[in-house]
Amino acid sequence: MAVRRLAEQQPEGFVFDPQNLARAQREIAKYPPGRQQSAIIGLLWEAQNQNGGWLSEPAIRYVAEMLDMAYIRALEVATFYTMFNLHPVGTVAHIQVCGTTPCMLRGSEALMDICRHRIHHDQDHPSADGKFSWIEVECAGTCVNAPMVQIGSQVFEDLTPETFNRLIDDLDAGRPVTPGPQVARQLSEPEGGPTTLTDPSLYPGEPAPARKGTGRAKKKD
Amino acid sequence: MTLLKVNGTVVDVPPEYTLLQACEAAGAEVPRFCYHERLSIAGNCRMCLVELKGSPKPVASCAWAVRDCRPGPNGEPPEVNTRTKPVKKAREGVMEFLLINHPLDCPICDQGGECDLQDQAMAYGIDHNRYAENKRAVEDKYIGPLVKTSMNRCIHCTRCVRFSAEVAGVPELGATGRGEDMEITTYLESAMSSELQGNVIDLCPVGALTSKPYAFQARPWELIKTETIDAMDAVGSNIRVDTRGREVMRILPRLNEAVNEEWISDKTRFVWDGLRTQRLDRPYLRGDSGRLEPASWGAAFGAIANAVGGRAGARIGAIAGDLATTEEMFALKELMASLGSGNIDCRQDGATLDPALGRASYVFNPTLAGIDVADAILIIGSNPRHEASVLNARIRKRWRRAELQIGLVGVPVDLTYRYEHIGAGPDSLAQLAAGDHSFAQVLKAAKRPVVIVGQGALARADGPAILALAAQIAQDGERDAGWNGLAILHTAAARVGGLDVGFVPAAGAMSASDMVREAGAGTLDVLFLLGADEIDATALGDAFVVYIGSHGDAGAQRANVILPGAAYTEKSGTLVNTEGRVQRLKRAAFPPGDAREDWAIVRALSDVLGNRLPFDSFGELRARMVAAHPHLGVEDGVMPEGPEALGALASVTARLGKARFENPIRDFYFTNPIARASAVMAECSALAAGRMAEAAE
Repeated sequence: MAVRRLAEQQPEGFVFDPQNLARAQREIAKYPPGRQQSAIIGLLWEAQNQNGGWLSEPAIRYVAEMLDMAYIRALEVATFYTMFNLHPVGTVAHIQVCGTTPCMLRGSEALMDICRHRIHHDQDHPSADGKFSWIEVECAGTCVNAPMVQIGSQVFEDLTPETFNRLIDDLDAGRPVTPGPQVARQLSEPEGGPTTLTDPSLYPGEPAPARKGTGRAKKKD
Repeated sequence: MTLLKVNGTVVDVPPEYTLLQACEAAGAEVPRFCYHERLSIAGNCRMCLVELKGSPKPVASCAWAVRDCRPGPNGEPPEVNTRTKPVKKAREGVMEFLLINHPLDCPICDQGGECDLQDQAMAYGIDHNRYAENKRAVEDKYIGPLVKTSMNRCIHCTRCVRFSAEVAGVPELGATGRGEDMEITTYLESAMSSELQGNVIDLCPVGALTSKPYAFQARPWELIKTETIDAMDAVGSNIRVDTRGREVMRILPRLNEAVNEEWISDKTRFVWDGLRTQRLDRPYLRGDSGRLEPASWGAAFGAIANAVGGRAGARIGAIAGDLATTEEMFALKELMASLGSGNIDCRQDGATLDPALGRASYVFNPTLAGIDVADAILIIGSNPRHEASVLNARIRKRWRRAELQIGLVGVPVDLTYRYEHIGAGPDSLAQLAAGDHSFAQVLKAAKRPVVIVGQGALARADGPAILALAAQIAQDGERDAGWNGLAILHTAAARVGGLDVGFVPAAGAMSASDMVREAGAGTLDVLFLLGADEIDATALGDAFVVYIGSHGDAGAQRANVILPGAAYTEKSGTLVNTEGRVQRLKRAAFPPGDAREDWAIVRALSDVLGNRLPFDSFGELRARMVAAHPHLGVEDGVMPEGPEALGALASVTARLGKARFENPIRDFYFTNPIARASAVMAECSALAAGRMAEAAE
């Protein structure tokens, strides 16, 4: 974490496009009259998405005016949450590298070195071609599959310098990428197959059916 | 009431008290930084930790209500300890954390010597530091010409943020970032626009926000502190004037719950540099060349005696300014009477208030504290935010506490609270009085309404008619016993005192505007101005003008003779505030050069003019004044006037005009000669003008 300041270069203005405006109004309508300021995070998020992944100063002002609140209150929110990027981000990917303990122990520093070399020495700065930017974030919650990075709403887990480099190459070239573990395992199951409960005698009847999706296995009578 | 055991003593406190308040009620001292009686509870400094029996951890006493404490197993009162070892350890720990990032620059910090952190570190801290890491560095912010920031020192109590949002009503300060990177700033470092912003300097428990004009000027322990009264507006804020040698170094508020609570406006606080500039420090005489030339007191008096000698009283007049004390006006009135003149007036702006109608017709009858219990407020022809900023903060406080209907007839401006704009002029007021407006029902149903009438509605030809309508509205309805809701809001500190001593024209004599007109027409030969600068001094024709005052402003520029007087910090005297509260000015410094206290000038002048006034000391003058007006002898007293007085006021019939109400104060920072001489006020005024221009675009 570092001091978060607004970007020096700011666009002229900001207005929601009709689609986002409708969304914003739906968001505001969730709250009782007089409490519309509660919609601030949702609106800033829409503004950030519309603005190419970062929040500009006119956008903060625009949202504050829309919610009838002081500019400084909106700025407080925008600077508080790291989900709001205050500087332009890469057009292809804004890579959030987790640097919290489990990821760090499993080699996130190597991933950040790659970012430093391939994207920009400093966080929050787009690469020379403007396609990538990176930032170190706190725990993103997939510690079992450490180290990981988050790009947009997708997480890429079990990374090694090789797979991470390949991921950046693929993104750069516009090739499709698969989110999730980048090694041969499903979700957070043990690498190389199950290591416990392998003794069939533990299951007196039929073995439990292979789990599909998130639905619970039916209980047998 | 709830029983609570604090340090072994059982106290009985209201259940809504916080533990901190309960501890204070029990006489136990609890250190704090973020907690402030007049602000919402933040609970983020953790300095007020106390031990609560049954709680596994120390609790923040500022954020823990007495009613939330659990009684003992047999119903014993909950036990709180503020002096035990765990509490001491907790405080030491909090203090150590606070000091991790606090710079050790007390020797060069303006807060040094009056710093909460310094004091509490001495009282509750430990003697060493276990941290060798670098301290955090924060960029200083520009937040205006009045408040200097040293953001390294900030401990993030957020008192300033809460003050600007809650009390001042101008939410401009905020805390950006989070955790270690939290910073207090305004949006994009714009200047604060509140006229109460100086109070954040007092609120700041460390040296992060200090006074910019006072920066590096003095140390608190080398200042002489004088408790006196402010003269910038008619609220009569209680202030402390700090002087070093002859000079006023700063002005701070004093606590007075009935008047200013603990706030003062920026004009009150920062006007002191105006006390040093443009001063009249010796008598001046307009010579044959037409230029003002320094003269001796004798020569100046001689010239006046020459001009006055033998003139008919009707051709002599006197106008008192907005900063004059009651004693001076009383003395000048006696002097004018001895010259046979009834041409005296203290209403420079032409306000049509007549003391003959009784005191209820010109004071803030519900009293300032009455705003706290008001259940409806009507503002007529006034912008209280500029005319009485502290009073406006009180209205806002009342409005925030619970739903309060506020109506405004006049210029719609941002008052920091919601109000219903009823209309712009007397027509709307007449409608309201006739009950033809929805707000009339609100006022009628109210038990304790406050009808604030500003000078913008009174300083006009139809003033009496408007006052009558206001009195009618204040009267019309079922009120609480003894409630008189008619509230005249004055802008001049001297005004109520002047009306109290009857510094108004005698029957058939000239008012201030008459005197200006007659002087221009050549039928008034001699005009005494007692610090009167708000009249059109250029329209005085060939009249012989004697200016008694402290600053070289409009009046002095036109004067034929200037007699240098004392500013409000340099003299003793009485000021009566808008609610009729009698308060005493105390001399904090001496007037510069040959200048003298104004009452002494009037007394000396009377000798020269052949009718020596019958007092030789200030004490005798005051005794004489109190003998003539006994209520002026009751210090800090308000003489409430009951609602009976309203009937006569409401029955006055006069013609109502058509013109819209105008607010009397065009520039908040430039309302009197002292403020006009102040460079700080000039800077604030320019900034405010810039904001106005921007808003107009």
